[in-house]
Amino acid sequence: MAVTHEVAHAEHEHPQSFWKKYIFSQDHKIIGIQYLMTSLFMALIGGFMAMLIRMQLGFPGLKFYWAQWLFPGGFSGDQMKPDFYLAMVTMHGTIMVFFVLTTALSGGFGNFLIPLQIGARDMAFPWLNMMSYWLYPPAILILLGSFFVTGGAASAGWTAYPPLSALRNAVPGSQLGQTLWLLSLALLIVAFLFGSLNYITTILNLRTRGMSMTRLPLTIWALFMTAILMLLSFPVLLAAAIMLLFDRHLGTSFFVPGGLIVGGVPVSHTGGDPILWQHLFWFLGHPEVYVLILPPMGIVSEVLSTNGRKPIFGYFFMIGSIAAIAILSFLVWGHHMFTSGMDPLLGTAFMTTTLIIAVPSAIKTFNWLATLWRAKIRFTSATLFAVGFVSLFVSGGLTGIFLASPAIDIHLQDTFFVVGHFHLVMAAAALFGLFAGAYHWFPKMFGRMMNERLGKIHFWITFVAIYATFFPMYFAGTAGMMRRIFSTQQYQFLQPLAGLNAFISIAAFGLGVAQLIFAYNFLYSAFRGPKADANPWQANTLEWQAPSPPPHGNWGATLPVVHRWPYDYSVPGVEEDYVPQTSPERAADTVLGADEAASLQAKPRGEET
Amino acid sequence: MAELPPSTESQQVGRRLGLIILVVVLAGGVGSLLWALRVWWLPPVASQQGIDVDRLFTITLIVTGIAFILVHLLLGIFVWRYADRGQPTQRAYYWHDNRTLELTWTLVPAAVLVTLISMGAVVWARVHSTPPADVMVVDVHAQQFGWLFRYPGPDGRFGRREAVKMNRENPMGLDSADAAGQDDIVTRELHLVLGKAVQVRLSSTDVIHSFFLPNFRVKQDVVPGMFTTAWFIPTVAGKFELACAELCGVGHYIMRGAVVVEPTPAAFDAWLAQQKK
Repeated sequence: MAVTHEVAHAEHEHPQSFWKKYIFSQDHKIIGIQYLMTSLFMALIGGFMAMLIRMQLGFPGLKFYWAQWLFPGGFSGDQMKPDFYLAMVTMHGTIMVFFVLTTALSGGFGNFLIPLQIGARDMAFPWLNMMSYWLYPPAILILLGSFFVTGGAASAGWTAYPPLSALRNAVPGSQLGQTLWLLSLALLIVAFLFGSLNYITTILNLRTRGMSMTRLPLTIWALFMTAILMLLSFPVLLAAAIMLLFDRHLGTSFFVPGGLIVGGVPVSHTGGDPILWQHLFWFLGHPEVYVLILPPMGIVSEVLSTNGRKPIFGYFFMIGSIAAIAILSFLVWGHHMFTSGMDPLLGTAFMTTTLIIAVPSAIKTFNWLATLWRAKIRFTSATLFAVGFVSLFVSGGLTGIFLASPAIDIHLQDTFFVVGHFHLVMAAAALFGLFAGAYHWFPKMFGRMMNERLGKIHFWITFVAIYATFFPMYFAGTAGMMRRIFSTQQYQFLQPLAGLNAFISIAAFGLGVAQLIFAYNFLYSAFRGPKADANPWQANTLEWQAPSPPPHGNWGATLPVVHRWPYDYSVPGVEEDYVPQTSPERAADTVLGADEAASLQAKPRGEET
Repeated sequence: MAELPPSTESQQVGRRLGLIILVVVLAGGVGSLLWALRVWWLPPVASQQGIDVDRLFTITLIVTGIAFILVHLLLGIFVWRYADRGQPTQRAYYWHDNRTLELTWTLVPAAVLVTLISMGAVVWARVHSTPPADVMVVDVHAQQFGWLFRYPGPDGRFGRREAVKMNRENPMGLDSADAAGQDDIVTRELHLVLGKAVQVRLSSTDVIHSFFLPNFRVKQDVVPGMFTTAWFIPTVAGKFELACAELCGVGHYIMRGAVVVEPTPAAFDAWLAQQKK
């Protein structure tokens, strides 16, 4: 364990040029912040697209005077065109899932927190880490550039089901746009693979002295499992993307069957299977939603325990449920395909695994509740978002039980019920975890505090607006409203939903505008916020022992040594209500007596009186 | 030097959060659901399998509703009650493990979910069971962006068809050389008979579509290169809508079809006879 870089980093305070320090940096903290900032920029773009989608759905026929100027090709007269709408839907999903949540949570918090919380000086492979980040901006350029090619950006949905995504005349976005989409994603996947290799190696090999696996903060456990998920599932999508590129450009037929006619033109492909793509896509796609939700689970555990001044409840059950979720997440992908034409027997199997994955989720939820019971909660902005996470995770997760049951899913598949479900449980909850983490670790990242008043205003509006946006989608979906439709006006049975859709849109606009408060608070505080202490929240984990922000190499001359688990809050008999992980056992001796202190040494978590 | 927010404020914020969770999320969630039951609920059911699916839906709603209420009650009360009140004597309870509790909230959800799995498996198996022998088979063809239907005619057999033969006069590409296809009837509306089982045989020759009958609780993807099927028994006569539920291109949102459940076999035969002309 106790691998140290002391020799290599003996003189870590050597001056660096601006370029090496902030741009082509190999410092995990800078890379983490780069990932986070770039993701926030992408979130603004993805969020803006969501606003356009909601304008069209809430107020069909609306005149887009201003958006028309931004995207002249996307509008005919001053009305949005259906193909542009589909490009918006596709790009919104792609950007938010891969270019915002994955990059911010894994790339941002993973990079920033892992070395700091395990007591390392940096990642195991700093250069690879830099490469990982620097594949991300080119992927963005390719993706956004696809708006300006013939046919516009990809518009086959973020799931890119062939043959729609394979045949160039199936949909306008299936021309060059779809190719660029695949290339961009392939590039980003390579970045994720570099990152996850790095995280796994770092966590396994670079933990400081005393930091056994069972003393790791739950953030690290979550990020560790996430990295394993990414390493095992993303290559499958990479392979699928390459196969689809081959189908599109080299005449192979992995996903396109024979005898097709599209737009009156016979297709030359023969012998492929469109459902193969769905299996490959969802083999990544389902672990991917846990890639997005596990890091927030870790963050929320950390934030609730720290601000509740109370140990996390059921530490080992928390680790166990993270592991259970991670393993099961590879066995549930078929629940996206109940109506796809797959064998019904498989449907039964996937229903079973999917409903079983609800058990570890329930364990986590009740453990968070037990953590809050008889706590002494400090309601920082981070705490608010962490509590909000628990609520959203439950409200979104429970509807997964409907969708996991294939008979019910027959009616709900590809409706707004699904959209409401995954936006609450995966997007909104992950976003709340992201905000909780941002407010919580901002002082460590920038050495300054965010404005708490603005943070709270941001929370109140966001919490109410996010429910008002996504909860009514359940009703729209129950009534049968399909996903990805440009307009509901063609169908008689969707007419009663007009008012509901207008309401959702207004809530979504409120939600969108409220995020500008965060953007302002984040950027302003990074430069002008009040200076932060090393440990402003009086937290136990290692990163709070380093200065804010930590210097290059993190720890000065010697690495910290860990003596206890990270959740010793409000230990009876100890005057302070927190005991940092670096605090030697002796502090506990005074409370426990020699015998118990000895057992504490043997069992790091301690079975306190 | 930054300081922590004053504790009195923490208590205020906790109460506000508790109130929002109890009023906006919990009462709002339950209230909006009760409202939705009247105005935005499941489309009126019109098939045998729809009745089964709806029953399962309702049971799941009750089970998840209880969990939703329970968790939000606890969450709301805890954040209201356990805020930092700024009293130096107040201290969190150092308590972090309880085997009994952990097993409770592992095994109780597990038991509930196993029950739901069993019930779900039964309905799912019924939906995908073998249709009755007298089932009426209809060939359904989906293409960007419309639906075509084919009835086998008096001989009860479908003739061959090929995508390359599709044109305006022969939209489904029937092979005129096949004797079995001579009496096939191609229509633009799907007509069914009340109480008579129907099996749709779905095909596409461009992209994936999805055959969605909201009132019948039927949805089955239409996948190029293969036939998929679904069967059901209409229980209500009248006119219904058919929708495409899988993104299939620019006109996805207009890919609507009409379904008519004829009240009697005679009415159906009369309609079919008209289509031949």
